[in-house]
Amino acid sequence: MTAETFLPWIPVFPLLGFLVNGLLYLVAHSKLGGKDAPLGAHGHGDAHGAGHAASHGGHDDHGAGHGGHGAHPDIPFKAVHTWVGPIASGLSFVFALLAILSWWKETGGHHEIVATLWTWIPMGVNGGWFGSPEFSVDVAFRLDPLSALMLGFVTFIGTLIHVYSVGYMGHDEGYGKFFAYLNLFMFAMLTLVLGANLAILFVGWEGVGLCSYLLIGYYHTKDFAADAGKKAFVMNRIGDAGFLMGLFACVAMFGTVDFGKMFGAAAASPGVYAAGGLMTFACLALFVGATGKSAQIPLFVWLPDAMAGPTPVSALIHAATMVTAGVYMVARCNVFFRISHEWALKTLGENPTVWGLLTHDASFVVAVVGGITAFVAATIGLAQTDIKKVLAYSTVSQLGYMFLGCGVLAFGAGMFHVFTHAWFKACLFLGSGSVIHALSGEQEMTAMGGLRKKIPHTYRTMLISTLAIAGVPGLAGFFSKDLILGETFLQGHPVLWVLAALTAGLTAFYMFRLVKMTFFGEYRGPKETWDHVHESPATMTVPLWILAIGAIVVGWVGIPNFVLPGGNRFEAFLHPSFPALPPDWTPHPHEVSHALEWALMLGSVAIAGVGILLATKFFYPGSAPYALPAKVVAAFPNAYRWVRNKYFVDEFYEAVFVNGLVKKGGRLLWEIDARVVDGLVNGTRHLTVGFSHVSNWFDKTFVDGAVNGVGDSFQAAYKGYGKLQTGQTQNYAFGMAAGVFALVCIYIIFA
Amino acid sequence: MITLAHFVGLSFVLFTIGVVGVLVRRNLLTVLMSIELMLNAVNINLVAFSRQLGDLTGQVFSIFVIAVAAGEAAIGLAIIISLYRLKSSVNLDDAAEMKG
Repeated sequence: MTAETFLPWIPVFPLLGFLVNGLLYLVAHSKLGGKDAPLGAHGHGDAHGAGHAASHGGHDDHGAGHGGHGAHPDIPFKAVHTWVGPIASGLSFVFALLAILSWWKETGGHHEIVATLWTWIPMGVNGGWFGSPEFSVDVAFRLDPLSALMLGFVTFIGTLIHVYSVGYMGHDEGYGKFFAYLNLFMFAMLTLVLGANLAILFVGWEGVGLCSYLLIGYYHTKDFAADAGKKAFVMNRIGDAGFLMGLFACVAMFGTVDFGKMFGAAAASPGVYAAGGLMTFACLALFVGATGKSAQIPLFVWLPDAMAGPTPVSALIHAATMVTAGVYMVARCNVFFRISHEWALKTLGENPTVWGLLTHDASFVVAVVGGITAFVAATIGLAQTDIKKVLAYSTVSQLGYMFLGCGVLAFGAGMFHVFTHAWFKACLFLGSGSVIHALSGEQEMTAMGGLRKKIPHTYRTMLISTLAIAGVPGLAGFFSKDLILGETFLQGHPVLWVLAALTAGLTAFYMFRLVKMTFFGEYRGPKETWDHVHESPATMTVPLWILAIGAIVVGWVGIPNFVLPGGNRFEAFLHPSFPALPPDWTPHPHEVSHALEWALMLGSVAIAGVGILLATKFFYPGSAPYALPAKVVAAFPNAYRWVRNKYFVDEFYEAVFVNGLVKKGGRLLWEIDARVVDGLVNGTRHLTVGFSHVSNWFDKTFVDGAVNGVGDSFQAAYKGYGKLQTGQTQNYAFGMAAGVFALVCIYIIFA
Repeated sequence: MITLAHFVGLSFVLFTIGVVGVLVRRNLLTVLMSIELMLNAVNINLVAFSRQLGDLTGQVFSIFVIAVAAGEAAIGLAIIISLYRLKSSVNLDDAAEMKG
């Protein structure tokens, strides 16, 4: 068996799982399902959720009917959903492993392999479309180091989260629907990762967007969840418009969207494609798409709202996999960004201005947007009290890091952070889900505290992941974050480095604030909830531990090269995905002293340490756990108000785009509509009426004439021939006899 | 001496009478009898040529024709009776429902 044979099967299993789960759910909930349909169960969820939404809007509404509140809903086909959902995902993981192993055996990881299934869009076979002999898009899957990496952790973490969902969603009457969506998401994500051209990638891209929308709005009877779903969808649509423009730019440049052909052509003659800034335009357009999917400024506001979905969804889609799709896409198109960077340097000359770089160098834009997003999101994370909101802003911030890494052309570092982040962020989200599960749906950290004894597994795993994300040496987050920070400085972006280093401190601070407020000190919630607190079932704690162990060990594949020569196996593995450009398009390697690199690393560790220490000081258990934070808030009330309210970005968008553009712009559009469009319409009407008179006359005279003429001629013919049909058998017999007579005569005369 | 020509001539005359009878008579019974005439004219022909050529096939065939003619007469008469019950007439002019 070769890798090509395994590849197409990888997305097929989740698709099958989606069909089985979805159809069974439909059967159970259609009118055909009869008495089994748990329609009555809806009332219970609604009634419970309503009070919930009123007290803290934006929650995932987990735990309605949990923890002894009322009976569990009767879920039809529960056993089938329980097995099909995780196994579909698990089979994907197995086949992904098989594919990667046989690919490794065949190529040693040096070349990509492409499995082409069929031609999807054949076009202009002999035509001159876009200056190329033909344009066609194949349904093809590509396995190279980049997609192998994504494939591995997407299927593995996805499977863990499926298993976790068995426990977490066990009391939800939409159990089957949930697994159907989760399977569909896996299918779309694997299509995105495996796609061998931008068009297939875009199919998966839209697919994950759809699933994200469906799962954010999972509790669709609540307004906040439905709104959050729509918000995510609209934000992603804005990004997708950019993606499409990038895709069209690629078609215009290369006449193909196939990765191998595009990158090959671009790497062979970068100057041709970079000329005139078309490459930069394509990169920026693609990056707009990435800001939508990966929640970067300015399209980041949907991600925190996306926490309205169930927590496993937050972990799978909005932390570990889907939101990294933007980073993956940018890393996938690394050739374009590198060319854009070099073109900008060639065009701008020796000392480029920041403005010049922003308008010419797409990778610089990526770096700046990533750096600013990382910082801004981290500051917002400082003041949030909803446990999932903190993690959501942390995700936005970490995604910013990844873009920063890609933006300074350290694509390997960016992807390394994608990889490590997937482990500890999935673990943190699932841990927060476990906390919420234990507290019967409570998400406000102000109503938590002292939980470490009650739910020890959750506490330990979350602590490990917090240490990892904070950048404590030896854990996964340290290696990747340090690599990005180091590269940022060494590639000559000291300002961005300062921003990123500050962000690292902030990250350590707000993450330890989360741990302190949740697990330490005195419990601050209602007593009856406390009495129900219990550790989650094994289906939830086992995935937590697996992810926590991952958060400890996965970083060791990328030991910095200055610590251990050749230690960064991760970048060596990814290297074939970053094809070489001609020498004059390749930046000169910097000569850096080891001392500087060590200093940078120790600096980032020190900053993380300061963050942790401050958090410990601020939130140390005591009689008044909020005395010090309250003082700080009192000292900087305005800063706190801005941060607490997320810099009023939502309100800004509401005022400018929703009210300003849609409503005021709507008035303008109405005027245009009334005068110009209606004028055009009315003019067209008069023209049409006049023309229709002519047309009518023509119709009456010629068309009707022809039609009636045919009819008349047949009628006349009937009048003649009709007389032959007398109904007298003897007349017909006479005809026969006469015919025979005539034939005999002919025979006699001519034979 | 009665030669083959006499048989053929008789056959021709009978057949012609039959054809004309079928075509011109309006009484269905007469038409049916005319058809019998035509069949028997054919039979005479068959038998005459059978004897002339020394081949019994023609005579065997004429037996078949007589058998079929008996069936035909039976069915034809049954149809005529049905028609008479329907129309109280056996005149062909009255059975012209198919007139266009």
